[in-house]
Amino acid sequence: MKKMSKGRLVFEIFNYIILISAALTCLLPFVNLLAVSLSNRSAVAAGEVLFWPVDLDLSAYEFILHSNRFIRSFLISLQRVALGVAINIVVIILTAYPLSKSSKDFKSRTVYSWFFIFTMLFVPSMIPSFIVVQNLGLIDTIWALVLPGALPIFNMVVMLNFFRNLPKELEEAALIDGAGHWTILWRIFVPLSTPSIATITLFCIVNHWNAWFDGMIYMNRPENYPLQSYLQSIVVTPESIMQVMNPTDEMARLLLSLSNQTARAAQLFVATIPVLVAYPFLQKYFTTGLVMGSVKG
Amino acid sequence: MNKRKLKRNLPLHLMLIPGIIISLIFVYLPLVGSVMAFQDYNPIKGFFGSEWVGLKNFEFIAALPGTFQVLRNTIYIAFFKIVGNIIVPVTFALLLNELRSNKSKRVLQTFIYMPNFLSWIILSGIIMDLFSPSDGLVNNILGVFGIEPIFFLGDKFWFPVTMIVTDIWKGFGFGTVIYLAALTNIDPSLYEAAMIDGAGRWKQTIHVTLPGMAPIVILMTVLGLGNILNAGFDQIFNLLGPAVYDTGDVIDTFIYRLGMIQAQYSASAAVGLFKSVVSFLFVSLSYLLADKLANYRIF
Repeated sequence: MKKMSKGRLVFEIFNYIILISAALTCLLPFVNLLAVSLSNRSAVAAGEVLFWPVDLDLSAYEFILHSNRFIRSFLISLQRVALGVAINIVVIILTAYPLSKSSKDFKSRTVYSWFFIFTMLFVPSMIPSFIVVQNLGLIDTIWALVLPGALPIFNMVVMLNFFRNLPKELEEAALIDGAGHWTILWRIFVPLSTPSIATITLFCIVNHWNAWFDGMIYMNRPENYPLQSYLQSIVVTPESIMQVMNPTDEMARLLLSLSNQTARAAQLFVATIPVLVAYPFLQKYFTTGLVMGSVKG
Repeated sequence: MNKRKLKRNLPLHLMLIPGIIISLIFVYLPLVGSVMAFQDYNPIKGFFGSEWVGLKNFEFIAALPGTFQVLRNTIYIAFFKIVGNIIVPVTFALLLNELRSNKSKRVLQTFIYMPNFLSWIILSGIIMDLFSPSDGLVNNILGVFGIEPIFFLGDKFWFPVTMIVTDIWKGFGFGTVIYLAALTNIDPSLYEAAMIDGAGRWKQTIHVTLPGMAPIVILMTVLGLGNILNAGFDQIFNLLGPAVYDTGDVIDTFIYRLGMIQAQYSASAAVGLFKSVVSFLFVSLSYLLADKLANYRIF
């Protein structure tokens, strides 16, 4: 390696300082959140907790284990992710495949394309959308959370571009052998597209896991809230954490050793865990899948 | 031959049915429902029974004292978010690109990329704590430098600034990764040629790296234009308090309050329709420009 010039050395040091500080601003808030959730409430109130728990106290997590609202909404979110993502993937693949054909092979493609492009350009506003969901009788059902967003159009475009980049010879050979489009899609295109499908699946999981507004407006009864909608209610009106219906003795004891801040921190942290678990996979597929899907726009 | 081709293509039409039904119900139907902006909508009478009032709802909105302010806030916040979400990630991509060790590159990317995957609910909870004037970390740090505590979320000047900065903080890692991918696609022989011509690292950055990134930067800038009325509902809704409505209330939070809280359905739909139409024009323009400048096609 060549010897670095003095200016280069100074630059490298500054570069590392800037990049590491940026990385720390992304990491430390979560370390702080974890430390607060594990600390004693008086230490938190006194502002003593920074990045390490003070007077280790697990009662916030005990509270979560006994909080049926938290657990219930967590389960609703899991259910929503499973159902919602399955629907997303099927609808995305079915829509992307025909649109990936050239208009020479599939004449109506242009018309269909414009039908879907329009949905990217014109976003309907809140109240008419709400009224539609209401009139379909979806309020307070899980379908209100999975059907309106069943076709995430940008993910569909990523899938479409991926399909389009698959070698055309594969399809031509299959057609000559007498295979129909259903066979070509499920037997050739889908197996060849696993990296892209993995990326899209992860996108959809994160979207469903993080969505909160639909839960808030489409669920009249708070016990139907998915996790992020429940968390929204405790973040924006902190008093609601402590409102527990008919507390048991165990609960009453726990509530005494908690503060809004520690209970909230613990719940936010637990909600973060699934994303952290998925994170290595997200990283692995995100860039590859995204770049592959968008090379030829 | 043609008949056979028609038959062969039948599955293609069938495959599109689910997507079409979903779009018809949840995009096109609400769009038709937007005619309620010209009605005095009554939930019991529905779209067909409600009385038509022409432009009355729009006149009502235009006469409200805060409407212009809301529009101004939206554009102010959205504009700086669009600009910041390009400049900051491009800078970080260039800085990361200068690192020689691939391992530190990867580790640093891993950290800055993370906030992007968390919901604004979780981030709002964290931001409220971090920026608290009494015991927030940010004010504690500022205190070390002798700066008086700032009420970031309750101050008319600081609220929009905090929205812009935290939004860039959430998203810059994602953008950095995209731009970095563009950087690795630059032909290495260009650097070699520059080196033979005696260009140092700095000159290489100016004459090779930046021009190599230009197409994707132009593309992202142009596509950002379509977001000029999206100040970021998920973020602002959760952090906004009445004390900062003057500078922090944006179109989407305004639509929500009118429709969901005050039950002024038609007025809310009128603001919504205004937003949809203006956004439609901007998004169409942005795709048109992207096509002209960067050869980008949506499909």
